[in-house]
Amino acid sequence: MTGSSLGLFLLYMGVSVALALPCAWFLARLFAPASCAFCAFGRLTLRLAGAQAAQEQPWMTYAASVLIFNALGGVLLFALLVFQSYLPLNPQNFPDVPALLALNIAVSFVTNTNWQAYGGESTLSYFSQMVGLGVQNYLSAATGLAVAFAVIRGLTRKETPLLGNFYADTLRVTLYVLLPLSLLLGVFLIAQGVPQNFAPYVQATGLEGSAQTLPQGPVASQMAIMILGSNGGGFFNVNAAHPYQNPTPLSNAAQMIGILLLPIALVIGFGRMVGDRRQGWALFASMVLLFTALFFLCLAAESAPHPALAALHVDQTFSPTNPGGNMEGKEARFGIFDSVFWSMASTATSNGSVNAMLDSYMPLAGVIPLFNMLVGEVIFGGIGCGLYGILIYVLIAVFIAGLMVGRTPEYLGKKIESHEVKWAVFAMLLYPLCVLGGGVISLLSAAGAKSIAAAGAHGLTQTLYAYASAAANNGSSFAGLNANTDFQNIALAVVMLIGRYGVIIPVLAIAGSLAAKKTVPPSSGTLPTHSALFVVLLTGVILLFGGLTYFPVLALGPIAEHLSLFAG
Amino acid sequence: MPKISTHSSLFDAALLGEAVKESFLRLNPVILARNPVMFTVGVSSVLATFFTLRDAVLGLPFIVGGQIALWLWITVLFGNFAEAVAEGRGKAQAESLRKTKTETPAKKVTSVDAKTWDIVSATSLRVGDLIVAEAGDVIAGDGEIVKGIATVDESSITGESAPVIRESGGDRSAVTGGTRVLTDRIVIEIRANPGESFLDRMIGLVEGATRQKTPNEIALNILLVGLTLIFLIVCVTLQGFAAYSGAMIPVIYLIALLITLIPTTIGGLLSAIGIAGMDRLVAFNVVAKSGRAVEAAGDIDTLLLDKTGTITLGNRMASAFIPVDGASEEELAKAAMLSSLADDTPEGKSIIRLAEEKFGWHAQDRQTPDMRFVPFSAHTRMSGVDTDSLSIRKGAPDSILILSGNSGSAETLRSVERVAKTGGTPLLVAQDKKILGVVHLKDIIKPGIHERFSTLRRMGIRTVMITGDNPVTAAAIAAEAGVDDFLAEASPEKKLELIRREQASGKLVAMCGDGSNDAPALAQADVGVAMNTGTSAAREAGNMIDLDSDPTKLIEIVMIGKQLLMSRGALTTFSIANDVAKYFAIIPALFMGIYPGMKALNLMRLASPESAILSAIIFNALILIALVPLALRGVAYHPAPASVILRRNLAIYGGGGVILPFMGIKAIDLIVSGLMG
Repeated sequence: MTGSSLGLFLLYMGVSVALALPCAWFLARLFAPASCAFCAFGRLTLRLAGAQAAQEQPWMTYAASVLIFNALGGVLLFALLVFQSYLPLNPQNFPDVPALLALNIAVSFVTNTNWQAYGGESTLSYFSQMVGLGVQNYLSAATGLAVAFAVIRGLTRKETPLLGNFYADTLRVTLYVLLPLSLLLGVFLIAQGVPQNFAPYVQATGLEGSAQTLPQGPVASQMAIMILGSNGGGFFNVNAAHPYQNPTPLSNAAQMIGILLLPIALVIGFGRMVGDRRQGWALFASMVLLFTALFFLCLAAESAPHPALAALHVDQTFSPTNPGGNMEGKEARFGIFDSVFWSMASTATSNGSVNAMLDSYMPLAGVIPLFNMLVGEVIFGGIGCGLYGILIYVLIAVFIAGLMVGRTPEYLGKKIESHEVKWAVFAMLLYPLCVLGGGVISLLSAAGAKSIAAAGAHGLTQTLYAYASAAANNGSSFAGLNANTDFQNIALAVVMLIGRYGVIIPVLAIAGSLAAKKTVPPSSGTLPTHSALFVVLLTGVILLFGGLTYFPVLALGPIAEHLSLFAG
Repeated sequence: MPKISTHSSLFDAALLGEAVKESFLRLNPVILARNPVMFTVGVSSVLATFFTLRDAVLGLPFIVGGQIALWLWITVLFGNFAEAVAEGRGKAQAESLRKTKTETPAKKVTSVDAKTWDIVSATSLRVGDLIVAEAGDVIAGDGEIVKGIATVDESSITGESAPVIRESGGDRSAVTGGTRVLTDRIVIEIRANPGESFLDRMIGLVEGATRQKTPNEIALNILLVGLTLIFLIVCVTLQGFAAYSGAMIPVIYLIALLITLIPTTIGGLLSAIGIAGMDRLVAFNVVAKSGRAVEAAGDIDTLLLDKTGTITLGNRMASAFIPVDGASEEELAKAAMLSSLADDTPEGKSIIRLAEEKFGWHAQDRQTPDMRFVPFSAHTRMSGVDTDSLSIRKGAPDSILILSGNSGSAETLRSVERVAKTGGTPLLVAQDKKILGVVHLKDIIKPGIHERFSTLRRMGIRTVMITGDNPVTAAAIAAEAGVDDFLAEASPEKKLELIRREQASGKLVAMCGDGSNDAPALAQADVGVAMNTGTSAAREAGNMIDLDSDPTKLIEIVMIGKQLLMSRGALTTFSIANDVAKYFAIIPALFMGIYPGMKALNLMRLASPESAILSAIIFNALILIALVPLALRGVAYHPAPASVILRRNLAIYGGGGVILPFMGIKAIDLIVSGLMG
């Protein structure tokens, strides 16, 4: 780690925040459209979509709309995949996707997980990629943002059961946010050399003289939305480490910033939406604090000399000609800093794309992306879901701290009572149940254990990572785990579904109950939720709850691996 | 009759003995199941005992397991003990109350004017019955005087020995069962059935047997159950992860891990905190009809306070003589003094005192035989004195102006207005129909009340003064007393409307009142404190009754409500923060066998895995019992803005909660490993 690491970190973060600011403003306008030019167009599209779409919904109807809409999307995607061979744009003549794998893919893309139990360039036709996965890339991201909007309405509205209209929200988000931004990023990526064609794969002879098949396809358009929509499902198996998916340092930087852009924008915009910008900045501050600390921990662990190599007297000190630290599993083009920043950004948000193999990280470096997911992906988090995820932590923090100042706890003037606590606890309970329960079943069952490549502590980490990734709807993989088995396809699909809707339904229920309440005007007796103290409190609650729940299993996985490795 | 016990010490020996016995009786699973966290500990204790016995029978080592099982049982007992002590203290109060509830015969009559009565048992009285109480009788039940006036000794419920006057009509018509009539004869209409009386409610409340959980307590309980379930998932799956890693964890160790992680500290103390909060209120001579009301008191945003008696002393005092139209101050003072010589009202006396102080006169020397005093009447709204040579009148400005036969000089009107504007009451004094000047009668703000209002403001509570005065006077007094707002020319309707308006904007309102016309407002307010001297309508409408009838107590009631919530929050934070150290004690102990490198996590350098686990579970039990006094006393509350309180409590209970167990577990480990050899 050098001084330039800090400079580069500040540059990436600075540009992300600078670009997020106008997006935040725009999201806030979109959240409560008053009278603006694009509303006229929006109304027109809504009318085309059917009059029903304009009606405001109470929480149960909103939640039902989410479920129905996503279920239909999932069925359609599943059908496209299992009948792939009968559909166009399949120059490589890939066969139909097997049913269980197709099920896993469908669930994975509908839930914005984008867990990939398949290799893109060796399994899916261009039609499946574009019409199947591409469409869900947009819609799953829009679903997350729509739910976040509904939840924020719960906080801002008074004495009403209505949370907005899911279809209207989804449509607005897709039309005015995701499509234009993807177009911009897509064009930029094409300019950087990312392919965008329907051409068959190219046969070429490599420098070393061996024959190679170079995959082609509509890569740029897919990459743009997978970066911006917290999707992360790569066009190619090795994701963003592939030179066609990520050809240049500029494309790498643009994609890293793109991953962070909308999650940051929503958190900052949250303040505008609730009418007190400091509230957004407070959540942002807590996230930045965690992000920065975890990033530098990860970077330090990766930059340290590997003890096994050190024992062989290999020079691992940083110099202009030596990257220093652990280079195993990394693209030499990106090196340690860009790999660590990517994995940090991609797991802090719910993106899940990778440009380096996490399996090869040092144990204490690999634990950071895992930890990001274990706390529920609330450090910026996925598009929409990061915000409503952290709001659960906020409720818990406000509840405990609110009691400590001698009042019934309130957040933004809404009293937090047993109904809200019940749903928040329910959501917090499902998550460890999925990760720990799913993980342990996979490790101990004969069918699950087959997938593990490494024995001992590392194998435990691989499995835990897969289940954390599925439950958090992240989709990044530690690699080393064979995910395409019947057992894993089904188990992980179940975990992805619980991880997604096991949070969406509780937060919508909470929003419904909050919207029905009065808003208590703040006084000096109310706990301020924009102060530095609250930021510290919230950060502490996230670390404490995440830490307490997962410390024992982490001790048996990466921590044990680290201690064994460094003990000699 | 002694005043309701104000606990001079937290514990006394007899009470503790009873509580120890109770702790064992409460091992009954049905009782234990009321508290999910402690129930989990109970089930774990049974399991641990079973595994210990099994090991003993199988000839396996069982000493450490046995000790863990023992400490688990002790943890349950400590939790039971905390609850039993809190309830015991309440029972002691109830007992002293119950003594006043002697089976008194009642003199039942058929009509208000009946001359004869039947002697019936108090328990046979029903709402609407009429009874007679004469000097020396103990009043048989709660009710309202419908005829007569009497002095009543209420020391049995208020602890106040001075008798009070109760009479039919007006705002002092309610009587309480168990109090004694000292003089005269009254007819009472019974307003409560047996078992529902004031005293019964009070007994039920402090005993805690029928205690309903309050909303925040329910919410907190849900959180605690959630945490318990999360840690249950953690511990159960940990066995699987350990099995994969190559070694099963002894079940008894896993149980120890679970119990140290789940929030036993707050779980064991939660109901004790609630009971003790009620208790503090009763010890303060305030009876809450529900725990919900006490909790709501902590949430109050707006406090409505009556001016007279709460903010100002009941009486106005003369504070200045303002001569007009060429009269001298001495002339005015003399006339005012003479007119007040026979005036027994506090205002009259204060005029004499002021004149004496200013000019060194002796009022009594001025009395002459030819003085004929004219008493104040509501009709003339003036009083005064006539002698053979002159006629002096003092009274309300408009009456005196009419008397003087002109509309008053500009100077007179200005002076009257000036006095009114500063919150005073102007009295005009006229001698032989010529106006001499104005006496400034001033409301005297209670000493110290200004500070109390700024305290409330720091707590984020807005105070509104309610007064019948005109807006000008009200504004001046409001400014002087330091209240945030006022409601002038208040009528019961305006009061009710103000409360509704505040509530509509999301605020919680507290008020106190005593009259029947306060009843709707008391019922509407979130916290309505009825004065014990008030009417039974008011006492029915309020959700708290202040036995001392001291309206300023609202402030203390708010503080007690806040303290109740704070104690819960602080102990929850402490309980969760404790887990960090426990992990560093137990996790390395569990896994050192599989991964020797794990000893690096043994930050406390605990002697052995066995001593580490034992120390953690012993610490967990001891901290529970050590915090019982804090739970009963409540967390210290100093009025301050929420951010200041949060910083303080977070440092003490959050920061302290992380650090203390590291030291505590280490200390216990030194002892345990020393004993183990």
